[in-house]
Amino acid sequence: MSDRSAARAAVATVSTPDAGAIRHDALRTLEGAASRAELRIAVTAVLGKRSPLALAHRQLGSLDADARKEAGRVLAEVRAELEEVAERRGSELAAAERAAELEADRLDLTEVIPASVADRPVRGHHHPVSATRRSLEDVFVGMGFTVAEGPEIETDWYNFGALNMPPAHPARGMWDTFYLELGEPESTVLRTHTSPVQIHLLEEALASGGLPIHAVMPGRCYRRDTPDARHLATFHQIEGLVVDRAVTFADLAGTIETFTTAYFGSDIHARLRPAYFPFTEPSAEFEITCTLCRGAGCRTCSQTGWIELGGCGMVDPAVFDAVGIDNEEWQGFAFGFGIDRCVQMRHQIADMRLLTENDIRFARQF
Amino acid sequence: MRVPLSWLCDFAPFAGDPADLARTLDELGLVVEAIEVVGQGLDDVVVARVESIAPIDGADRIRRVVVDRGSDAVDVVCGAGNFEVGDLVPLAPVGTVLPGGFEIGRRKMRGVWSEGMLCSGAELGLSEDAAGLLVVSGVEGAVPGAPLAEVLGIERDVVFDIAVEANRPDAWCVAGVARDLAARLGLPFAIPDPAPKVTEGPPAASEVRVSVESPELCPRFTARLLTGVQVAPSGQLVARRLTLAGMRPINNVVDASNYVMLELGQPTHPYDRAKVAGSGFVVRQAVPGETVTTLDGVVRELGRTGPALGDTGIDCLVCDRDGSPLGIGGIMGGASSEIDETTTEILFEAAYFDPMTVARTSKRLNLRTEASARFERGCDPAGIDRAALRFVEVLAETAGPALVAAAGSVDAVGPVPSPVRLRVRPDRVNGLLGTALAPGEITELLGPLGIEARPAPGSDGGVLDVVVPTFRPDIRPSPWGEADIAEEVGRTFGYGRLPRTQPAWSAPGRLSDRQRERRLVAEVMVGLGATEAWTPSIVDGDGHTLAGFGPEAITVANPLAADERFLRRSMLPGLLRAVARNADRRQGEVRLFEIGTVFPVPVSGPDAVDERELLAAVFALRGDDARMATVAWHLLAAALRIDGVVLRAPAPGSTGAAGLHPTRVASLVTTGVGDDRGSGQPGAGAVVGVVGEVDPVVAERFGLPVEQDGASDRRRFGWLEVDLGTVLDPAVVRRRSDEVAPVSRFPSSDIDLAFVTDEMIPADVVGSVLADAAGDVAESVDLFDVYRGPGLPPGTRSLAFRLRLCALDRTLTDAETGEVRSSCIAAVRERLGATLR
Repeated sequence: MSDRSAARAAVATVSTPDAGAIRHDALRTLEGAASRAELRIAVTAVLGKRSPLALAHRQLGSLDADARKEAGRVLAEVRAELEEVAERRGSELAAAERAAELEADRLDLTEVIPASVADRPVRGHHHPVSATRRSLEDVFVGMGFTVAEGPEIETDWYNFGALNMPPAHPARGMWDTFYLELGEPESTVLRTHTSPVQIHLLEEALASGGLPIHAVMPGRCYRRDTPDARHLATFHQIEGLVVDRAVTFADLAGTIETFTTAYFGSDIHARLRPAYFPFTEPSAEFEITCTLCRGAGCRTCSQTGWIELGGCGMVDPAVFDAVGIDNEEWQGFAFGFGIDRCVQMRHQIADMRLLTENDIRFARQF
Repeated sequence: MRVPLSWLCDFAPFAGDPADLARTLDELGLVVEAIEVVGQGLDDVVVARVESIAPIDGADRIRRVVVDRGSDAVDVVCGAGNFEVGDLVPLAPVGTVLPGGFEIGRRKMRGVWSEGMLCSGAELGLSEDAAGLLVVSGVEGAVPGAPLAEVLGIERDVVFDIAVEANRPDAWCVAGVARDLAARLGLPFAIPDPAPKVTEGPPAASEVRVSVESPELCPRFTARLLTGVQVAPSGQLVARRLTLAGMRPINNVVDASNYVMLELGQPTHPYDRAKVAGSGFVVRQAVPGETVTTLDGVVRELGRTGPALGDTGIDCLVCDRDGSPLGIGGIMGGASSEIDETTTEILFEAAYFDPMTVARTSKRLNLRTEASARFERGCDPAGIDRAALRFVEVLAETAGPALVAAAGSVDAVGPVPSPVRLRVRPDRVNGLLGTALAPGEITELLGPLGIEARPAPGSDGGVLDVVVPTFRPDIRPSPWGEADIAEEVGRTFGYGRLPRTQPAWSAPGRLSDRQRERRLVAEVMVGLGATEAWTPSIVDGDGHTLAGFGPEAITVANPLAADERFLRRSMLPGLLRAVARNADRRQGEVRLFEIGTVFPVPVSGPDAVDERELLAAVFALRGDDARMATVAWHLLAAALRIDGVVLRAPAPGSTGAAGLHPTRVASLVTTGVGDDRGSGQPGAGAVVGVVGEVDPVVAERFGLPVEQDGASDRRRFGWLEVDLGTVLDPAVVRRRSDEVAPVSRFPSSDIDLAFVTDEMIPADVVGSVLADAAGDVAESVDLFDVYRGPGLPPGTRSLAFRLRLCALDRTLTDAETGEVRSSCIAAVRERLGATLR
């Protein structure tokens, strides 16, 4: 018998019953793989070129046609099944391994130690005064105002003279002024209010044909007041100026109301009462609904439901004359109030001096 | 100003809830800061007679007092000692609630039960005397059991504490407040004409001489003569009202003068005639250097111009007929002619002093009195006679039966203000207020204030002729007075009733570029972990000195604290102190920044003041140093699209920037605003900031936390300072164009080149030369290594750059890359003399 016929005879004798055994052994091998690495070896062992299955397949040639066909079908079925099992087993092992890895990787995010994070980003904090200044500016910009600024050192003319307070005018006593040792005595000051910016704006407008004006003027001011819980010698104001044809006190009242509801909230309103400022006539102080009790009455507002915010009025004709603007053609209104005061109200800061201490524990709350 | 309601009612029939009256006063601009109810809590307090006083065992401060309170006798424990058996004293029985809200209970002290309390004037809210009991022995009607309030004639009253605006001298008195309030409430108002019950003597002019030598300083001076005066305590009503108004009763003469001032707003001055040489007055300007001793005992030098702006050195003196000063006109009388208990004859001054003169003198002398405050705001020259007669009327009540008032007064009248007459256009008033009031309505609103308005003849109602009484100096003549009248109309109409409209205009609201970019700067700094600080602008000299700035600075002439008088030249001292303060609170790990103004020393006069707005930042997190500050600058520059600024170290040996580490610092220098990167551009070479590290010596001086736990090296503090005025100015600093650079879709290749370069050549210059040489294909040029040490000649270091090359339209070939490499090496060698390492 040639080798070939001998092989055929062998297959004929072993192949059919062997398919069951091959399958059984192979399944056991596949199921026994405990990892994907083991599975890869197992797959090679049961489905590879040297696997019993491959061997059995190669022996099919020795069978007669019918037997070969039958045995081939059986072997193909076994192969298909094994492949399926291998794949399923692969997925199972992959899932198990991923689960194990994830478990090993578990991180409780409540236990993060910031200092241990490499190159951790830190965010700083805006000062509440500048943050408030920005929000105020934004409200006014939304209302159609531009934002103007001016110097902190002013001459007597800008701080007082042009604002209808000639030298020695008693109304100057309303502002405790820091005078500078610059030039003639008392001729230069640290501005006591932002109103000098009005004069700069009016002068520029006159020089450049820039009327009308609709501007707010935020900035740092200085008054010679001993600091206490409610006052600082250095403080911030925001001032508004509208110069246009035929603007009225009613427009002023409406503008202040619009601002008040826009900035403080729709349930906070404004009211005006007569007051005196040398640079406005008629003049008013404006109060707003107490932001603490929302008007119900509390200690902060002395049970009135109202708190004083700032001053306002129609630009005094003497101011326009000082600058050279025609009172018959133009009318204007102005208003001003403390930015720091808004900060104090909004954040309920008991002592204003906290604003200048730069304590990081205070600052990081903003 | 404290105004009792009962006093207001002398002028108009006010009624109703005082809280409502206070609200109305508020609406008039006469803001009520406090309402005080007085005479309350006295209902149960009775007069009691002291029957016996006995010591208490073991107590030396309190005694057992038995008092008869009419109905019965009670035991009271009392700590006061100013009374004897038989004295009449106030008793607050158990259950009384005293004016302060204190309720009297039955108490046991040292084993003795006290059935009430014997009270002091302070405890009853009647005086400030808290030292002893308010002994009422000898007071008419004081008998045991009598209600104390009845015996003392105490009435319940309400006192309004009113803040009167500086332009309303007319409202700075009871009658003035009543006038405004009555006008608003539509009540009849009248100031009764004084009718002194007094014997009239011969004409004052026959006894008293007055010469006003400076009528411009004292436009009106009147003098009256009173003889047979008995100086005595004031009557109950006057004393009580003065007390309620916050003034201490002194004697009937002084009190009457004060009473008239509070009631009518006219300050007056009584002189003891016996102490006034020549029985009359000379009113004149002070001679330079002249002195007068004022009532407060201070010797005042007059007649010399002070440093205050607008001071003239002109002072007004009231003198006797010999010309010796008696007092400073309108401000304070002199000690020499003061009324005392021996005074029997009075020369009485009621005058109108020039407001500006009083204001200047009072400011220079730093002497502000009730009188000066009123005169400088403007009293009513037409109200003088009424005030003087009212003084006589009030005084006559207590000055004794012998009082004789010389007939009339001596009146020196000069250029007094006359009633302002002005033309007011109702259209203008409505145009200012936004109202539509008819001329008649305006007239009606003004009338009750004493302001007459009539249609101008022939104007058809388009113009009102308005006459303003002299007690309203705040209302100006035409043309400005129209606005003043508009305020009066609005005030009596009610600000709350005026319409509200929302003005509209076409110009859009916006921030300027500078303002937007300033916000961006702050955002970048916050993003870098820096917290915004607010450090003082007015600083002490130490900060500047410690930081290495010289002593020069703009100084405040009148600082709050003597040492805090310098305007900051830098934010370095302030920010370092802020770090140190946080470190003291165990919070030294911070980055702080500030955007604010600094004040360089002007090179010449005040016109040369050049405030600068700076960003300053200190980087004080662990590990921060000059490098962190440099990175911060680069990020900031990138955010602002700045590409026209380079870092330049100071020349060796130069002192560098004050307070900064001399060898770890660089200036931020502009390269010019042109397109070309070469030097010699317009605007090139301007210094717009500095970046570096705080000098370790300075850090130590400011108490920064320089030591670090477990490390031998000291902590460093990065510093960045940028002049926003120049950095944000596109005319000074070039910005990257808005146009984007296209991004290549082809692969890039890198070449690394290290050059041995002279230490004097900044690394960024080498980078620029490389970028230029590589041309369009240079996608980036980054310094990635610096080496100093063995193998390099002294004075040189090796700078390694990585060039990433990439073309927009193709993949670069090796040959092309090689060419770029060669030209880069050549360019650096030729232009900078550096060799490839």
